[in-house]
Amino acid sequence: MRTLEVRELGRIAYADAWALQQSLEAQRKLGEIGDQLLLLEHPHVLTLGRNGHQENLLVSRDRLEQLGIQFFENNRGGDITYHGPGQIVGYPIIDLREWKRDVVAYVRSVEESIIRVLARYGIEGTRDPGATGVWTKGPAGQLAKICAIGVHLSRWVTTHGFAFNWTTDLRYFQYIVPCGLTRPVTSLEELGVRVSREELHRTIVEEFARVFDYDPVAVKSAPALV
Amino acid sequence: MADVLMPQMGESIVEGTLTRWLKKLGDHVERDEPLFEISTDKVDTEIPSPTAGTLSEILVQEGATVGINTVVARIGDGAAAPAPAPAPVAEAAKPAPAPAPEAAPEPVAAPAPVAAAEPAPVQADALETELAGPVSPLVRKMARENNIDLRQVKGTGAGGRVTKSDVDAYLAGRAAPAAAPEAAPTWAAPVPAPAPLMPAAPATQAPLPRVDPAKIRVEPMSMMRQKIAEHMVHSKHTSAHVTTVHRVDMTKVAKIRAKVKAEFQQRYGFGLTFLPFVARAAAEALRTFPLLNASIEGINILYHNEVNLGIAVALDNGLIVPVIRQADEKNIVGLQRAIVDLAARARGKQLKPDEVSGGTFSITNFGSFGSLFATPVINQPQIAILGVGAVEKVPVVVEGDAIAIRSMAYLALTFDHRLVDGALADQFCQKVKQVLENWSDEIL
Repeated sequence: MRTLEVRELGRIAYADAWALQQSLEAQRKLGEIGDQLLLLEHPHVLTLGRNGHQENLLVSRDRLEQLGIQFFENNRGGDITYHGPGQIVGYPIIDLREWKRDVVAYVRSVEESIIRVLARYGIEGTRDPGATGVWTKGPAGQLAKICAIGVHLSRWVTTHGFAFNWTTDLRYFQYIVPCGLTRPVTSLEELGVRVSREELHRTIVEEFARVFDYDPVAVKSAPALV
Repeated sequence: MADVLMPQMGESIVEGTLTRWLKKLGDHVERDEPLFEISTDKVDTEIPSPTAGTLSEILVQEGATVGINTVVARIGDGAAAPAPAPAPVAEAAKPAPAPAPEAAPEPVAAPAPVAAAEPAPVQADALETELAGPVSPLVRKMARENNIDLRQVKGTGAGGRVTKSDVDAYLAGRAAPAAAPEAAPTWAAPVPAPAPLMPAAPATQAPLPRVDPAKIRVEPMSMMRQKIAEHMVHSKHTSAHVTTVHRVDMTKVAKIRAKVKAEFQQRYGFGLTFLPFVARAAAEALRTFPLLNASIEGINILYHNEVNLGIAVALDNGLIVPVIRQADEKNIVGLQRAIVDLAARARGKQLKPDEVSGGTFSITNFGSFGSLFATPVINQPQIAILGVGAVEKVPVVVEGDAIAIRSMAYLALTFDHRLVDGALADQFCQKVKQVLENWSDEIL
């Protein structure tokens, strides 16, 4: 049976988490370790995917510095996004050759696991064919994004992953696209769901393992590397 | 020479977008070294080189979307001598610890169908000598299936080579000859059913339009542009837009402005425009007619106690509407200061989130670009937007049937007829007009 090693890393700086991902990716490619799922939280940070557009950053770099928000350009798919406290960030480092050699199936399955997590709390998550991620009805009734997805793949090993809004301070999203011109972002908290981080991590791991057919799930929390 | 193909990254995937070359033409590349990146559905994938050698040809440029198994590049052994494909691989095979089969994603490592049995290789080769260069297996297949003489297809690839999009463009043109009358003679033969020639593009990700790249340049919209487009159409779908236009005599305001402009600049460090006067008058009228400072939610009317004025600011590639909070509590100096500050920071991308949200009514100053009047689109979920036209000196019939030169402007109010009727909208405009025409120069 395939095993998923889950590492709960707490709050970790974006750069440190990226270094860790790269190290794990290299080890995964060499077959030194099995598939990994990192669950963590970042301090305030905006990241721009390699094919993203600078103009979607609404404030200057100086202003970001004043606000205590870090800025990174990275190699994941997708445009600009925000990470910060209260957002559950998941970085699966998985060799897709041992699952399915299909990037679209991978992204759809990550979405599926989050949709199942939402269902456990009585929320209906949906997909938008044109916009990867998980959407749901926000408080105002329109479709709002609750989980962003962006992935990098090298020799079928995945890095980056999903960012699921738990108690995220949603005001920070307004630094990246002009307000009123974007579809809104929402969080579990905004939708009235009260759940502890421990329980939510547990639910995410269970549903992720079910969708990707992992069994059993070994849980390790030591950062260990880097 | 070894062909590098667009790999298939999943069962249902028929094409990929090449987002970046990680090597330049002429660069040496090791086998399995990342060569280029492709993007599919928010996944960016590094594709390693199938062989070692010199990157001798790049056939697909960054940003192009091509079918799987399209030849995207060729890797030579550096000596430019055409060698059978397997040779360089064998040469390059260093004593790598990893066994060869798992070295690269399968599609790249898979035997290239190029050299495989073509139905009429001789003919194809002969054809290629007449063309600007060899064509990819995909193009050859398309040509065969659609019965196209590739010599008739204008090539836009490297060195005039015929690419997939050229064939697409050719097919699109053949399906709709009217669109390209100059080329009609070659296709004079009746084309019975245009439909099968142009299978509907899959409606997943926005497909690249089928156009002749020699005539039309395709550029994806920026995210901001997409959001603006979405917002505008959303507004038009939501509100029942009606625009009413009133002519306002701005002579009094113009005189005040002329009188204190220099002093303003000196004292506050910014000039004085017509806009704060209009903003002040609008705030006054909004207090008188609160229905224009409302919004609709379901079957309820939300009356906003604060007058938060959105001021449209044109950016290089878009626009944004920062908000002056509690504008009804500000005088002309305060309003002008807020407008100057918000506009400058909007252009410098330094607005705070709460400065672009919570507006209850908007003003757009198209007059600054010389427009006399326009019909602006409502900034949802607001109920109305006031457009300010250019202030111009014109001859006007005044009291006593005399003709005088006055500074006139058109104010255009677009309102949501779901909530506001014409009579109310015009009363609102009359109030704005009345304030502007009777401005006391004591009050700034």
